[in-house]
Amino acid sequence: MASVALRSISKSFDTTQVLSNIDLEIADGEFVTLVGASGCGKSTLIRIIAGLEPQSAGSVEVGGRAIDHLRPHERRVAMVFQSYALYPHMSVAANIALPLSMQRLSLWERLPLVKHLSPRRRSVTRGIAKEVDAVAAQLQIGALLARRPSQLSGGQRQRVALGRAMVRHPDVFLMDEPLSNLDAKLRVHMRSELAELHARLGATFVYVTHDQVEAMTMSDRVAMMDAGRILQLGTPSELYARPANLKVAQFIGSPAINVLPGQVDSGGRIVVAGAALPVDASLPAGSAVSVGLRPESITPLPAGHRPPRDAVSIGARLRRVENLGAEYIMHCDVDGLDGTVVTCRVSAESAPPGDGALLLAFSPFACHVFDAAGERIRVVDDASRREAVRIPGATAVPNPTR
Amino acid sequence: MSTLVQGPAAPGGLRRRELMEKLTGMGFALPATLLLLTTSLAPLAVLVVMAFTDYDLGNLDFKFIGLANFGKAMTDPAFRRALWNTFMYVAIVLPLAVGLGLLVAVLVHGRKRTRSFYEVVYFLPVTSTLIAMATVWTFVLHPKLGPVNALLDALGIERQAFLSDPGLVLPTLALIGVWHLAGFNMVLFLAGLTAIPKDLYEAAEVDGCANPIDRFLTITWPLLGPTTMFVIVTTSITAFKVFDTVAVMTHGGPIGASEVLLYSIYLEGFQYFHTAYAAALTVVFLAFILVFSVIQAFVLDRRTHYG
Repeated sequence: MASVALRSISKSFDTTQVLSNIDLEIADGEFVTLVGASGCGKSTLIRIIAGLEPQSAGSVEVGGRAIDHLRPHERRVAMVFQSYALYPHMSVAANIALPLSMQRLSLWERLPLVKHLSPRRRSVTRGIAKEVDAVAAQLQIGALLARRPSQLSGGQRQRVALGRAMVRHPDVFLMDEPLSNLDAKLRVHMRSELAELHARLGATFVYVTHDQVEAMTMSDRVAMMDAGRILQLGTPSELYARPANLKVAQFIGSPAINVLPGQVDSGGRIVVAGAALPVDASLPAGSAVSVGLRPESITPLPAGHRPPRDAVSIGARLRRVENLGAEYIMHCDVDGLDGTVVTCRVSAESAPPGDGALLLAFSPFACHVFDAAGERIRVVDDASRREAVRIPGATAVPNPTR
Repeated sequence: MSTLVQGPAAPGGLRRRELMEKLTGMGFALPATLLLLTTSLAPLAVLVVMAFTDYDLGNLDFKFIGLANFGKAMTDPAFRRALWNTFMYVAIVLPLAVGLGLLVAVLVHGRKRTRSFYEVVYFLPVTSTLIAMATVWTFVLHPKLGPVNALLDALGIERQAFLSDPGLVLPTLALIGVWHLAGFNMVLFLAGLTAIPKDLYEAAEVDGCANPIDRFLTITWPLLGPTTMFVIVTTSITAFKVFDTVAVMTHGGPIGASEVLLYSIYLEGFQYFHTAYAAALTVVFLAFILVFSVIQAFVLDRRTHYG
């Protein structure tokens, strides 16, 4: 078991800068997810940790010592690939055993025919087989050991790939989109299985995904990456509740956050869709801002209804409703903002009756305000006041935490 | 509702449609079948029938003589020598052409910018006409004028009569065969190498396959199994059919040291006009090729498919 530290890692392919100055400290036993859209550099970063790709600058430390000079197999890291990368010509048992055979048998003891000359080979392979059995039992693939990878389902292959990683007892597990090739149902199942595995092994996990749900549900901390940089590093709740950047806000959360264009008026207040928010943006008058509102922070009310005290409201028209059973997702066109669709998430009981004109009410302190560059702006950061303006009638949809 | 109405009428219509589909399918297959019959199967049948007769080219009639032609072949020292020489030739060409093709393919596969250059260089012999190249080789290996002997001379090694020394002629021809075949095998191996996912090499690297030999033994060689089988079959069949170099460079000499199967068939059939005997030898030749393919398919097939 070991911690991982990335110190000013940069990487460029020819003239293209893929990673710039990445600093990341991962504690021993922590589950850290690198999340981001494709091309953000997350896979390159994990490959640099694995030693499959040399960094252009910076240093990788595992357990407090630099491992930049070490080959991949010397780094005490194991990697699970998106394609699983199982050896198609070997049985499941041989696949899982390979890292151990490579460690414990010399080249001569692995050569066809010649290997039978080694007197100690037998006892070594017997020991390896025992460990393979133990790992297979943990993953419940003991019955599959004689099969070839082509005879396995996607989920079974996934487990074999995990087994091959586990058998070496590595300090760090590196996982590069390991669930992407599974169907939706199995992905949900494997998510909880991976989280349990992490808890059981207590090893450090570095996990790469483009799926924010995987990032949110499994990780201790999430590093959201974009264009070769870490935009924000924090717990899933931090990323959800206090996104540091508009891109983070838009990436994390489903349905996605609503982003409305706003402007700072002469009084320093933010005006969005004709409504002035009673918050101070400390920006020059006339600056353009983006106002982010989570779908569950908005309470749709029938038009003409008096909005609660301290709440801001904007007019809208209902476009359509998605019924998810326990909750409804309401898609509304905002008055005065052509083409801006706002989604609200309400529980089935509290959905307003009828259709047509609506009033969308929200607390000004539920707004995430970002400047033109997409950076979060501190407006009023007072938790007690935020509590005070909770809108009556609005049902709180719990934040997706672990 | 509409399905209910159509229901009872369907079987008759279906049957007619099936018949039409069958006829259409046969119609499409007909031209190819005709071609195959007239250009391959019918001549083959004539050949097999002829092998059991005493027909010589120019004769007005012939009679069936059973297995006499085959019996003659078994005791014919020229044919036995040709058969032995052919096997020797295959025994030299097969491992070298396959091994060299694989080695070059692995090396070329690792190149990035120069890859296409090397591909072309090694593939050039394949594109050349072997008859023409045989003439060039005759000059290259000439005892007095050839550059090879000039080089040997310069190195202080005795000049060799590569094509007129009975002990050297067959290996020399075999090396020319290797030169001609290795490039083609390289291209086949390259195709096989390209099909191996890069992920597997990376997984192997993380799993401890640190050196090229480990990676080759763990990933490359096993996954090239299907390609290797194909290459071995095609190479041995091509080597078994050696003719051009013998016909141009040695005419089977010296004293029959380079006489091979196809060349004896050619001599019997088109120089001595023993058409029926040549047909019998051809049947033997085809039988060998068939045995080759079947054995190789059975032995190698079982261990090479992962699908």
